[in-house]
Amino acid sequence: MKCQHCEKTATFHITELTDPNGPTILHLCEEHARTFFNQDGPPDPASALTNMLAKQLKLEKAADDLAAADKKQCPMCGITFAEFRKGGRLGCPYDYVAFEEDLEPLLVNIHGATSHSGKVPKNLNGSPERQFRLKQLKDEMREAINKEQYEVAGKLRDKIAAIETGQNENGQNENGQSDESNEEKPNDGPPDDDFQSFS
Amino acid sequence: MKLDDLAQKTGEWMRGDGPESDIVMSSRIRLARNLAEFPFVRKCTDKDRIAIAAAVRRAIDALPLSSDTEYVDVAKLGDLDRQFLMERQLISHELSETEGARAVILDPQERFSIMVNEEDHLRLQVMQSGLDLSSAWKRMNELDDLLESKLTYAFTKKLGYLTACPTNVGTGLRVSVMLHLPALVATKQIDKVFRAFNKINVAVRGLFGEGSQFMGDLYQVSNQMTLGKSEETLMQRVSEVIPRLIDYERKAREFLINEKRDDLNDGISRALGILKTAKKISSEETMHYLSKVRMGVNLGLIDNVRIPTVNKLFIHTQPAHLQKLCGQKLSVSARNTERANYLQQHLSDSVDPKAN
Ligand SMILES: [Zn+2]
Ligand SMILES: [Zn+2]
Repeated sequence: MKCQHCEKTATFHITELTDPNGPTILHLCEEHARTFFNQDGPPDPASALTNMLAKQLKLEKAADDLAAADKKQCPMCGITFAEFRKGGRLGCPYDYVAFEEDLEPLLVNIHGATSHSGKVPKNLNGSPERQFRLKQLKDEMREAINKEQYEVAGKLRDKIAAIETGQNENGQNENGQSDESNEEKPNDGPPDDDFQSFS
Repeated sequence: MKLDDLAQKTGEWMRGDGPESDIVMSSRIRLARNLAEFPFVRKCTDKDRIAIAAAVRRAIDALPLSSDTEYVDVAKLGDLDRQFLMERQLISHELSETEGARAVILDPQERFSIMVNEEDHLRLQVMQSGLDLSSAWKRMNELDDLLESKLTYAFTKKLGYLTACPTNVGTGLRVSVMLHLPALVATKQIDKVFRAFNKINVAVRGLFGEGSQFMGDLYQVSNQMTLGKSEETLMQRVSEVIPRLIDYERKAREFLINEKRDDLNDGISRALGILKTAKKISSEETMHYLSKVRMGVNLGLIDNVRIPTVNKLFIHTQPAHLQKLCGQKLSVSARNTERANYLQQHLSDSVDPKAN
């Protein structure tokens, strides 16, 4: 018998005793078995998840609904829902927004919950919506520059700068903090150029 | 590279002390975190991965961590060093085998490690000897706060910390406790016990060798859900299960001592005998017998062997460790010889049950 993760012979047979669908046996080579306890999820969360997704979606969705969901694409990273279903991993944080309604039944299935209660970071600038808005504005600015609409581009630049320093697009403070939040912002983020690779 | 120094030592989490350490080997907590400005790892370009690693390195350098905290560029490590870090449970198989810029930040005492560009941008891990989840969480929370002061994590109020796999979203928390349950295995109660835990949302895994031969009688209990409950609640769910498992294991050990004493002594004595006298031995066989020796030491049936020594042998007899310790690459056959030598050196003073 071959290892589930490579071409070597499976010499270890590992039983997941508490899989919700009953005991599951994994067949692994020595090397992959050795890493088994290093991993903190199931040994291959992606494939387990993909199987579950596929099962669940087939039960709950008509074929054409599923086909429609599969065509959805994230405007940030370009991943399609079909790609996610195949690989079991998302492409970027904005996928949780772009595929919100399709992911929700999955979250219920995995966690029995759809909203977070637990630790909240002090720095709340990491929302995917904010990243998406920045990307939109940067795309618009680039286009304005291409069309030589420099006044429009300048306004967009101000909006981007405002968001990046923790204010809203109109230069007003978002969290009711003083303007000094500019200096408190803990992270400079990558230089602007890196956003291009993110589209 | 200080990895060679690391090979000589054992991490604090292998000390073999801490609460319930005759049964609980170690407690681990990990957090999955991602940087808001980048796509998840599977959609990262080479340039993204390099930028992420650089951003994390800058953050680490600016933090008040111990000065000998080491940033290790995993992409530059050879096969043996990567396997060594895996055996040591400091990096995962995924981090070892994927391509591209990736790193691990190592605490020299092995109290924590931080993987960079694994499935998520950051995988923070804290390890502790014995059953001590609350102090592990305290250290984890502090480490996370420190990193968060320098990095912007992908987070929404609704879904919490956003992760590449929806199985980790929310807290990004995985708590796992590794237990040594030889008596439950010997009395054939292990399946029954775990079946009873089936419905309580903790994952239990055991490691088996060929033909259902048990590998070291080691089992890991961890939480499955990460969303909708606080870190403390998720931890509590796992830690509620552990005393019951410990209790079952202790009862099974008592039964063996009271009702099957001769068989128990025979099994432990043979195990120690093979480990002390074999001229060639595989790692699977080593784990199998070390497990019996560990129980023998904990039951006071073997003298002159300490639990930290047994814990160390579990790790140091694995292939990459053996090769690092003797300073050269070895074939499987040469490893089996070297492993037998190493075991003899460390167990020569042991006194088995017959002498008691
Ligand atoms: Zn394999
Ligand atoms: Zn995306």
